[in-house]
Order: sequence, then structure tokens, then C-alpha cells
Amino acid sequence: MNEFAPSGPLLTMTGMTKQYPNCLANDLVSLTVERNQIHALVGENGAGKSTLVKMIYGVVRPDAGEIVWQGRNVTIPNPGAAQRLGIGMVFQHFSLFEALTVTENIALGLATAKERVGLRDRILRISTEYGLPLDPDRIVHDLSVGERQRIEIVRCLLQNPKLLIMDEPTSVLTPNEVRKLFVTLRRLASEGCSILYISHKLEEVRALCSVATIMRHGRNVARCAPAEKTVKELAEIMIGMDLPTPPPRPPVSATAPPRLVLDRLSIRSPGCDLKDVSLSIAGGEILAIAGIAGNGQTELMDALSGETPAARPESVQIDGVAAGQMGPAERRRIGGGFVPEERNGHGAVAAMSLAANAFLSGYLRRALVRFGMIDKKRTFAFAEEIIRRFDVRTTGPRAEARSLSGGNLQKFLVGREILQDPGVLAINQPTWGVDAGAALAIHDAIMALAQRGAAVLIISQDLDEIFLLADRIAVIAGGRLSEPVATRSATVESIGRLMGGATADALGEVVHA
Amino acid sequence: MTELPVAFLVSTVAAATPLLLAATGELVVEKAGVLNLGVEGMMLAGAIAAFATANETGATSLGLLAAVLAGTAMALLFALVALTLQANQTATGLALTIFGRGLSALLGAGFVGIPAPTLAKLHIPLLSDIPVLGPVVFGHDILVYLSLAMLGAVAWCFRSTHAGLVLRAVGDSHDAAHALGYPVVSIRYAAVAFGGALAGLAGAYMSLAYTPLWAQDMTAGRGWVAVALVTFAAWRPFWLLIGAWFFGALMYLSLYVQALGVAVPSSLLSALPYIGTVVVLVLISRNRRLVRLHRPAMLGRPFQARS
Amino acid sequence: MSPVLKIESRGHESKFWRYASPILALLLTAATSGLIFAAMGRPPGLTVYTLLVTPLLQQDGFQGLAVKAAPLIMMGVGLSLAYRANVWNIGADGQFTLGAICGGGIALAFPDAPSFALFPAIVAGGVVGGMLSGGLVAWLRIRFNANEILTSLMFAYITQYLLVFLVTGPWRDPEGFGFPQTALFTENALAPRLIEDTNVHIGVLLAPLIAVALWVTMEKSLLGFEFRVLGEAPRAARFAGFSENRLVRVAMLVSGGLAGLAGVLEATGTLGQLTTTLSPGYGFTAIIVAFLARLNPLGVIPAGLLLALTDLGGDAAQINLGLPNAVTGIFQGILLFYLLGCDILLLNRIRRVPHTSGAA
Repeated sequence: MNEFAPSGPLLTMTGMTKQYPNCLANDLVSLTVERNQIHALVGENGAGKSTLVKMIYGVVRPDAGEIVWQGRNVTIPNPGAAQRLGIGMVFQHFSLFEALTVTENIALGLATAKERVGLRDRILRISTEYGLPLDPDRIVHDLSVGERQRIEIVRCLLQNPKLLIMDEPTSVLTPNEVRKLFVTLRRLASEGCSILYISHKLEEVRALCSVATIMRHGRNVARCAPAEKTVKELAEIMIGMDLPTPPPRPPVSATAPPRLVLDRLSIRSPGCDLKDVSLSIAGGEILAIAGIAGNGQTELMDALSGETPAARPESVQIDGVAAGQMGPAERRRIGGGFVPEERNGHGAVAAMSLAANAFLSGYLRRALVRFGMIDKKRTFAFAEEIIRRFDVRTTGPRAEARSLSGGNLQKFLVGREILQDPGVLAINQPTWGVDAGAALAIHDAIMALAQRGAAVLIISQDLDEIFLLADRIAVIAGGRLSEPVATRSATVESIGRLMGGATADALGEVVHA
Repeated sequence: MTELPVAFLVSTVAAATPLLLAATGELVVEKAGVLNLGVEGMMLAGAIAAFATANETGATSLGLLAAVLAGTAMALLFALVALTLQANQTATGLALTIFGRGLSALLGAGFVGIPAPTLAKLHIPLLSDIPVLGPVVFGHDILVYLSLAMLGAVAWCFRSTHAGLVLRAVGDSHDAAHALGYPVVSIRYAAVAFGGALAGLAGAYMSLAYTPLWAQDMTAGRGWVAVALVTFAAWRPFWLLIGAWFFGALMYLSLYVQALGVAVPSSLLSALPYIGTVVVLVLISRNRRLVRLHRPAMLGRPFQARS
Repeated sequence: MSPVLKIESRGHESKFWRYASPILALLLTAATSGLIFAAMGRPPGLTVYTLLVTPLLQQDGFQGLAVKAAPLIMMGVGLSLAYRANVWNIGADGQFTLGAICGGGIALAFPDAPSFALFPAIVAGGVVGGMLSGGLVAWLRIRFNANEILTSLMFAYITQYLLVFLVTGPWRDPEGFGFPQTALFTENALAPRLIEDTNVHIGVLLAPLIAVALWVTMEKSLLGFEFRVLGEAPRAARFAGFSENRLVRVAMLVSGGLAGLAGVLEATGTLGQLTTTLSPGYGFTAIIVAFLARLNPLGVIPAGLLLALTDLGGDAAQINLGLPNAVTGIFQGILLFYLLGCDILLLNRIRRVPHTSGAA
């Protein structure tokens, strides 16, 4: 009764649709994965890849659409059902228990005691067999990110999947680990486990995948064999041909003194160490740092704002002052402005009013304190000025920060820093989670600030934004910063390659493996 | 002259027992990621329940049962407010302590100064008569052996059973456990209830064996010492035993020292266990690496299911 | 299909419940306590009445209430500040006692010094004593990462033993017939009275003044803002450049100092000497005061009065109804439980939803 067809496509999805309150994540999307195939799912952040894949894995219920698995119509209500069908998934963010061993972590993911029999030996066998060496008795806490990913993969392999979905698997791997992973994936595909490979690293997609389905803004835009196209062509399909031409901006004077200098900044962190980060930004210049999340951006932002002190005062220099060991308040006093990645709980206090949040950052430069007491009038005036000048849609300075939409709150936070007239502004993800209109306003505000002579540093995952705003672009990968290049001479291809962290040589080997 | 050291050792084991019971229960609770500061209240509830029941029925075994029920009931009250209603765990634990002290005092009003059946000490022929070793190892009442057995059972569960693994996982990352489909809140309820049962037994030991009678606030802060013990042991069962013996010894030291005729004021000696608690707590806490290694990552953090 | 209760987030704080929640908690507490008393064979209505109303009807009832409330308000204010910043000072009793010891020590050492010099010195000693105890807890947390809940509580026990040692040993009143107490303080050491020939000492005026002062600080000053942000969003506090260590230190020094002040005023205002029991559990009661006031210094005034009322009610219940004094502990413990439980209504609503099978 439940015979699955032995031939034909492994998985066919048609008309997949999912609507969220603020956006249509998937709009009549289709996807077909054949047997023994490594199939790429390509698109930018927000293209809808994650939503589509969550529907395959049973995490999200589709509003409409049909899933045909091995020739039979199925519904997948939860991950357990997906696993029983033979679908495994390795997420971008791992669900691992830090204090437990490899074996224990995998055991927790297996539902029945029967599956746990002889687990340790099975882990050893599978991990060595597939080139994913794992010591079953080591504690996850001590493992590198690459090793942790192997746990997730082995956990899937133990259940004999026919389809293995991998979500941005190489964003956290070294080139060597990428090479080994590709060997494993190729072997799996040839042995009957197809791979659905989600990535926006176009070089890798070309090297590994035989077919690519490209999505943009929740829709299919193309299906092709990636090896037949160049990276540039793939990027253009992915981003769309509307790479905006940056408006003409006055060239930065070659003799302008640097306003923000990082000198071999190194920070040890439980997340991602920063290693010898150096850069120099002149007044009037916008430098953008591109990179995939998790490569040191948060650590870099904390080091810039002063929340993490540097080892040497000269590591961070603001307008010539060695600020490396100053705290955030001090750095603001000498002209620093900072907008962190997280609005809620970091850049702003959600439960407090806009006036209080304006005070949070601006009390020094806008002189909002008199004899130790809060100057309510001036604080309100400051908040009102931000609201007015940056078109923040809200009832007024008394409104709680959490009552604002993401875009409006971000406008407020950016405006808060800009109205303090900083000489140096550092922003991490300026328009993440922000609607298009607000994003436009924020971009204009940033460019206007640079026009007035401030040095601006932007950290972003959005290549569109980077190409639009930046005079120079650098890439952060594994905590290291590449040499900045002028935007006019950069291409999506070259930046993408740097973001992958792989050098041309290593990828060349992979292609021919 | 061997009487005094023998008595000292015997008394140390006895003094350590309520600490060991309560701390073992709290260890399970904290490993699941919950901080229950109401141990003192639960112990007192157990103490009066045991005493009153044993007095009324004449059977200590019924008293022990009553203590378990009382401790568990108190613990479930905590779980309702802290886990389901998601109130601050620190404050809720305090509320439990205050409530437990008041309730036990109220219920115990009629039992002050009254004798009750006490837990009998074991007497194993031949073994209990060995000089020194006999009374120290083989001459205790049943709760002493139960406390050791409990600790061993809990340690074994954590190491070797799937249920123990799941509990540890919940305390390590409740979000990941939830993502894997484990019922985080139910598991925590069970852990908290277990902690209450053991705390109740610890209180029963105080009123039926250690003192043995009922007096208001008779635990005198032992519940707090038990909580400190869990941190002191860095959440490792074996060190819980060492800590309990150490504090048991400190608690008995004052009488021992006085018996030796040393002229130190008794009140200062009574402060010794509490001073010792602070010193050891500081020594362990300053080793941030050790703490970070063993401390359940979710300890005290409220869990909000995000599906 | 039995209906199931579901907890739904509101998305914002309900203004109504901000004030209604403590009142609801009070009503539930009275009802529950009544049930417990009834279960114990005591008349529920009469007992609750004795707890809450009788003390006011006694002679000089209001005066007694004010005197009882003063230390609770002082300590509650200090704790509300500390808890706002997530610094859990549980051992306020110890700071209270050490303050009384230091101040009392000065009173005993200089019995004949003139009052205008002696009394301020005594008060200063009390405050310093409390600050020492609190400051030590802060230092242990900052330097050694030691949990302040446990250390402050341990210090409370240790200080109590120190008190017993002093009062039964070196400071024992030689003419006291061997009772464990010090000599009575001389007239010039005692706290000035607001109303002659009564117990109403200067602390009764100081307490609400301190509450107002700290309210102004919390709501209107930069320091108060730092505290509020630290408790609300520690990462935002770091972003703003507020030093957590400094704030922990201030929290412990202020709450410790206020507890010490309460202690020394109790010793020189109400007791007139040092005995083995200085604080009838004020440290824990003050915790409830702080929560009942929702950690707002102004709210501590009515909250302190209410809890002082229940303390006196416990005494009345003991005298009139033969109940043990501990009956107040039950009332207060239940009150704290309900306060914590009802607070969920601020950010959530409880809905009845029909039980549906299958995944939602």
C-alpha cells in the first residue's frame, strides 16, 4: 500500500506557498530533486530558501502546495515524520549540548532505545567510513565548529537518509574542511543519498552541484547547471540585474587624515577570535566590511564600541586618540557613535521609552545631565528631534521602544547616533529586518553623515547595501580582515570568494577531486 | 581515650546526613536548570510533618512518608509559580522558605517539647560491635544509609541512564532540548518534586533522629548550606559527599572542642560552619573556569517555549 | 473536550494590572489564609481580622504601627534599589545587626558624651557597620564571583552569632543579673523622640524621607537610570558604558547602610540596649515589602505599613487567640507567592481555549 516508486525524481515540490504577517516568504515555489543528485538551492538572505526547506523538514506547514516523495503524495507535519520518510537536515545553527559528549548528543536525537544500541561503535564506524572523524567520547564544548558539524551530519547518517539537506554548511569551515566535506557529500550522493545544498557561495555551488534552483524574493527565478555558468552570471541571476549604480560621491581626498584606525586589533573570544585586524578610514569615507554571520562581526563591533576593551590602547584610535582601553561612554565623548546589530536589549531597552533610549546613548554629547539629575526637558527635546528629523512613525518620545516596528526603531537608533554629531560612526547590519522605505532613509542618512566629513564603518551581510554605500570594501572571515579594495574595482564574484574564505588554489583542487 | 574521636566521627556522619539528602535533591533540580532556594522551607515542612505524624501514629515510617509528601507538595507549589507562571526563581524560592517557616511553626505549635518516636539505630550483630569501625560505619539509623544510597543512585542515573542524560540536556540547553521534542517543563516539574521529596526527608531526619524533637526553625540554615554545597561541589556528586562531611564536621566541632575543654566561646564556634561555607564558596567560585565547565548553562533562566 | 488554560503574551505591560496585581494578591492572600486557619479549626474571619485590623484599634495603635514600620521601610527601600539591579541582598538582617552592634558599641563606650555629639556618632557607626557588611558581599561577588544570595545570608547567621557572643560575654551588663543583654543605653545615646514620652523616635520621620529621596534618585538621576537599565537589559547597560561592578558596589553599600541605619535606630530608639534578638526577621519581611511595592521606593511606604501591620497582628493573634507568632510568617509567605504569581498578568493574559487534538 505504501510502495514508493523506485525510479523517477526523489522529491518534487510544486506550488509551495507560505505567508508570514510581514512578507510572502514563498510564492508558488517549485523544486525537483533527482536521485543520486547534489542539488543546490541558491539565493540571497530573505530569498525564501530557509522557509522552503523548513517545509520539507516539517518545521513549518505550507499554506498551499504539494510534496511528492518518491512518487507518492505526502504531508510532513513534524521533523519526526520527515526523518521517518528518510529526510535528514543539518541546520546552519546547531542544536548541540555543550557539556555533553558526542555520543550523548547523538543519543538525544534518537527517539527509541533500540536505535541507541551499540551507538558508540556505530558512530565510530560511520564517522571513519565517511571521512568525518569523530571521537565519540569528547565533549562538544571542546570541539571546533567543523567537528560540531560532523556530529550533526553523523546524526543524520545514522538514520539512513535518502535526502540530506544542508543549510549553509560551509560558512563556518576552513578551506581544508570544505574539501573533506565535498568528498563525503559526493560519496553519499553516489550511494543513493541525494543532497540538497543551500548556499550563496557561488564558487562552491559551481564546484559541487550538478543542478541549481535559484530563488529571489520568494519565487523561483531559474534552474540551471551551475557548472555551465560563470559566477558572475549566477550572481546576477541571484541578485537580479538591478545592481544599483552608486550615486556619484565626491572622491575622498588622498591626504585626508584618518579618523578611525584599527591597528592589529586582536581579541580572544569564546565565539570567534579577532586576529590582527587593521584598517584606516578617513573623514568623508565609508568603508564596508562584508562577511557571513559568525565570522567575528559581533566581536569587532564590541571592540569598536568599547564594550570589549583592547589589549593595547593604540589598537583603536578615534580622531588620533588611543581609545583601545576606553569604555563606551568615553569613546562617545571623543566622537564615536555606535549602532550594534541587536536593537532589542542591546542598542535599546525594549521596555523603556524612546526618550529614555535617547538618553541611554546621548547623555554625554547632548549634555542631558545636570548635577547628576536627568534633564527631562532636554532629553525629550532630543528624542523629539530624532523622531522628526528621521521620520520615525510613533506616538512620541513617551512611546515604549518595543511598540515601534523594526524599521522605525532602527531609524531612531541610527538617528540617535547621527544627531550626536560623531566624528566616527560604526554600524553593524544597518538595515537588517528593516522595511525598504526605512532602509532607504537610513542609507541616505549615512551618506549625508559621510558627506559632512565623518568616517563611517558599516558591517553588513547585504551585498546590495555594501555596493551602494561603500567607497571601499573589506571582507571579514574567520576573524581576519582582508585588504580593503575600492568598490569600483570589486565585483560580487571577488567579494564572494573572499567571503568564502577559500583561496583560488584550494577551490581549484576541489573542482578536480 | 578513643571515645571522643569515635563519637566525633559518628556525629559527623549524622550531622552530614540532612545536608547530604537536601543537597542531593537540589543537585538534581539544578542539573535540570532550575534554582530552588526554598530548601529550608521544604526541610522544615518535612520536619514537622514527620514529627507530627510519628507522634500521632507512633510509627516513624509513616512519619517519613509524611515528610516526603510534605516536601513534594511544597516543591510543586514552587514549580507552579516559577515554572508555569514564570516568576523569578530566586524570589519564588525565598517565598517558599518564608512560607515553609511560617507553616511549620504554626503546625508545630502544639508539638514543642513533646517527645516522639525516634528512628532506631541499626544494630548488626558482630559488625556493630567492632571497636571504632562498628558504630561509625554500621551503627546508624536507616536514613543515613539511605542518604548515601540516594547519592549513589543519582550519580549512576546521571552517568548511565537515558533519563539522566535527558535531564542534563534540559539543564544544558532547554531550547535545544525543546527543539528535539523533549517536554522541558514536565521534566523540570519532576526534578523539582524529587528535590522536594529529599528535602522533606532531610527535615524528617532532623526531627526524628538528629535532635530529636520539634522546635521552631530547627534547621537553622541547613537548607541554605545545602544549596551552597551544590555550588561548592561544582555540581559533581562525589564532591557533594565530601562537602557534606566537611560541614557536618564543622557543625559538630563546637561541641567537640568544648568537650576538650578549650576555652573558645560557644557562639563563635557555632558560627564556624557558616564561615566555612563562605570561605569554600569563595574558593570554588573564583575558579571561573571550573564553574563554567560544570554549571548547568540554563540555571535559573526561565524557559519560554518558542515553537 | 475540557477547556484548557493557555498563557498568551500581551506584547506590552498592562497599566491596569501594574496596580491591580498587588491588590489582587492581597485579596487572594486573605482568602487563602482564612482557609488555612479554618482548616486548623480556627475562626477564619476573626483571625484575619485580628491580623489586619486589631492592631490599629489598640491604644496608641497608629503610633505602634509607625514605629514598627520605620525599619521595614528603610530596609525595604534599600532592597528595592538592589533588586532593581538584580543584586540579591538576602542577608539584610546581618547588616541590620552589625549596624546595631557598631552603633551600640559606641553608645556603651561613651555613655557620658553629650548627646549632640554622641547620637550622630552612633548613627554614623550604624550606617558604617551596615555598609561594611554589605560592601564585603559586593567585594566577594566582584572579585571572586561568589553568589551574593549565599554570602549575604551566611553573613547574617555569622553576625547573629557575633551578637550573641558580645551580649553574653564582653558586653554583658554586669548589673543585669546574668541576663543576656547589655546595659541600658544612657539617655544621651537614645534616639530623639518625635513625640514626648512615646516610642516614636526620629526613625519614624527619617524612613519616609529616605524613601522619597531614593525614589527621586531612582526616577530622576543618572545613577538611578543606570540601575534601572542594568536590571532591565544588562547588555544595553554595557553599551551605554555603565559599569556593572560599580553599580553592584553601590547597591550593596546603600542597602547595607540603610539596613544598618534601621538596626541602630531600632537599638537606640525602641530597645534601648542590645539583646540576643534584635531583628524579628526584618530582613526577610523587608524582602516582601520590596516586592509588594513592586520595587518602587515610594510604594515601599504603604507596603511597609501593611507588613508592619501584619507583624503587629501576629502579636495580637498570639495574645488574643493563642496562636503562635509564626502565623504572620504564613500570611507573608503566601502574600509573596501570590505577588509573584499575579505578576504574570502584567505581560500575559490567561485564556480559556477549547482543547484541540493534534498539532496547533
